[in-house]
Formats: sequence, structure tokens, C-alpha cells
Amino acid sequence: MKKVYKDAKSALEGVVKDGMMVMAGGFGLCGMPETLIKALRDSGVKNLTCVSNNAGIDGAGLGLLLETRQIKKMIASYVGENKLFAQQYLAGELEIEFNPQGTMSERIRAGGAGIAAFYTKTGAGTEIAKGKEERVFNGERFIMETGLVADLSLVHAWKGDTEGNLVYRKTARNFNPMMATAGRVTIAEVEHLVQPGELDGDMIHTPGVYVQRIIHTTAEKRIEVRTTRKRQAA
Amino acid sequence: MPWTRDQMAERAAKELRDGFYVNLGIGIPTLVSNYIPDGMSVQLQSENGMLGFGPFPYEGDEDPDLINAGKQTVTELKTTSYFSSADSFAMIRGGHIDMAFLGAMQVAQNGDLANWMIPGKMVKGMGGAMDLVAGVKKVCVIMEHVAKSKDGKEEAKLLQKCSLPLTGANVVDMVITDLGVFNIDKKGSGGMTLIELAPGVTLDEIKSKTEASFKVDAKVKQAA
Repeated sequence: MKKVYKDAKSALEGVVKDGMMVMAGGFGLCGMPETLIKALRDSGVKNLTCVSNNAGIDGAGLGLLLETRQIKKMIASYVGENKLFAQQYLAGELEIEFNPQGTMSERIRAGGAGIAAFYTKTGAGTEIAKGKEERVFNGERFIMETGLVADLSLVHAWKGDTEGNLVYRKTARNFNPMMATAGRVTIAEVEHLVQPGELDGDMIHTPGVYVQRIIHTTAEKRIEVRTTRKRQAA
Repeated sequence: MPWTRDQMAERAAKELRDGFYVNLGIGIPTLVSNYIPDGMSVQLQSENGMLGFGPFPYEGDEDPDLINAGKQTVTELKTTSYFSSADSFAMIRGGHIDMAFLGAMQVAQNGDLANWMIPGKMVKGMGGAMDLVAGVKKVCVIMEHVAKSKDGKEEAKLLQKCSLPLTGANVVDMVITDLGVFNIDKKGSGGMTLIELAPGVTLDEIKSKTEASFKVDAKVKQAA
């Protein structure tokens, strides 16, 4: 079975459907599958439910799919960086489900691992607990959260081999490994596409079993908040 | 004189202990990293998947793959480790992080915390705040003692009961404001206790700006 596709467009062929749930990795723009998201936009798919920590920024990431109104619902933990998001939300055009970041990452991990639901302390006694089962374990309150499985997961990795084994780099890992496990179909874009044997099997973060399709990306990686310190004069 | 933002951060840093793993929120809590005592080993956790991070990079050394939870470019240390978001929150929720410093809109005398949404205003989301306050061993809020509105009115932030939607129920252990320091017995019935006043701040002043009921520690009474 050949997992390598020549580009993002061909990798999306046959797996995109209106109304589907799509997970997209990344923390802000860091480790976000920009090339695959652009191709998803170009596919013209509509009424998406997108699961991603943030909603991109204006003009990048999932912000691109907001411009074209392809997203019906967002599941995210923080959407502060996107003006278009605020506009569409306030106009009632977009549905949002906020999940605490740890609850969201665990829901994705659970979904990929075949766990239907779990109990967490996070959010007990708050608004997000409304309508959820609450139980007390060892004297502490826990609420039940469910696992998440997506029709399609889009992830970004630093290196990947033709078998779909993936290695992430630094904080660009974030949500990508769990999302790779929780997609019925997972497509990875990698900065370096290598041959079997070039990756050390002990260092692989996502084993190839989770990845159905893989493409090479050359997109430039952007910095969202550039913070630096001055070099001291020698 | 009430404490400045930096003095609040400096006071907060006195809560650190050698070997602590700590998560710092945005705003004043970020400043705490400037006051880690020399010779003390404190590892900073960033919930986007990094343990042990250094200062901002030199101009030209920024790495798009190396950011903190505020999405700012940072640097790594020799001891840095990276992990997924699920592992990061396992660390947080599982009680492996010793202390979290974060800002707040309101804190109640029972340790309830509100810092993520104001009904009727655009909601940005809670990010990792709900997980942090639910899981970290000790939660310390650093905030201005009162909220000042545009027309100059002051509103209490330390309350009998939070009026804003909660980030966590019974989660705050300590509150450091520009006027003083309070301990909260979040799991018991001990309530809130004033343990320290900023220099020159009187007991009457802090009482007049606090809606919550609180006890006054004997040391503070002596000094006052």
C-alpha cells in the first residue's frame, strides 16, 4: 500500500465530505498543517465541524476556512486571536464549543485509544459541567467527558518516512500525536519525507499505523508572536 | 505604598522552593520568573508541551517551532523536554506540577476562581486555566486588589461569592494583590486569612476594599 501522495490536493481526494468532523493539529500557528488546510479550503467542502486548539488567525490556519464560511462549528479551547471568528460568532453564523485544553487533548487521546468516556476534575462545579454526569471519587468531584473521533485528521510533522512513521519537532508536537490516532483517516504533512531506515525506530512519536496518507510540505513556518531580547554589545 | 506589579511578582517568588516545577500564566505571573532566587532550581512548565524553558531568543534566533503557551518565541535549556498536549495535561491534572501562578477577575473566600468569561462579552475561551487550577498542587493568584472601571469606580475582586462564571470551584490556595497576601483553606472550612500587608497599607484600607470575609493573622495584627 502506497501512503505517499504527490500533493495535498490528491491526498484529500475521496476523503472529504460536507458536514464531516476534521481535526487539525497545532498550537496557534506552531505545528499547524497549513498546506493541508489550504487544500481543504480549495476542495470547497462545507459545514465542517473543526476540532483544533485555536481557530487560526486572520489569514492563516483555520482562519482561511472562516473566510470562506466552510466551518459550521468549532471545538476549541481558545479563539482570542481571530477577529473574523468573533464577527461570525456574534452574527450567529458559527457555533462554538469551548473545551478546557487538557480536557480537549484527553478527549482526542481517548477517542484514538478506544475509550468512550472518562472522568476528570477539570471544570467540576463550573458552567462546563452542566448536563454532564458528575461522580465523587476519593472525596473529590469529577465530571464525565467523552472521547472524540474525527472523520479526518490533518497533522504536521517534522520528519516522516514512506511508512507514515512521524517525528515532531520541539513545541510543534502539541495536539498532532493524539489527532493522528483519532482520525478515521489521518493525513500527515512533513517537512522532510525520508526513506524507511532513515528514522531511528526508538525516536518515532507517531507509529505509521495511525497515518494513512502522507505528503511533503515546503510551506514557510510563520511566527505568531515574535519576542526577542537584544544582544549585548561585545 | 501598595506593591507594584514587579513587587507583587517578587513577593510571589518567595513561595517557590528548590526543585519546584511551576506553571506561570500571562501578565504579572510571567514576571515571577525574574525573581527566582540564585541557586534555586525551578523548572517552568509551558502547557503547550515544554518543561524547562529559557528567556526570549536573541534577535535572529527565533524558532517557529519553539514557543510558550502565550505563543511567544522562547529558548530551550540543557534540561528541556518536549511532549504532547495530552502528556502536558496529564502532568498538570495528575498533580505533578507543584505550583501555578495565574491572574484572576474574581476570587471568593472559599477559593472559587473566575478568570475566563464575562457574560455578554465575546468569550475567548478558557485555554488551559480550568485544567491548571483543578490539577496543580498549589494555586496562587496574583492580581490587582480591586478592578478599576473607566469612570474611576473601584469594584472589589475578593468576594463572598464570585458573580462571574467559575474557572474552578475551591481551587485557590493563596492570593497576592498590590495590598497584601491572603491564604485560603480551599478544601476545609478555615476560610480566608490575611497573612501580610504591603508596606504602608493599613488594615482599615484593605478591609474597605475587600468584600470577602477574612481573618487577620496574629503577625499582621501585631504589626498594624
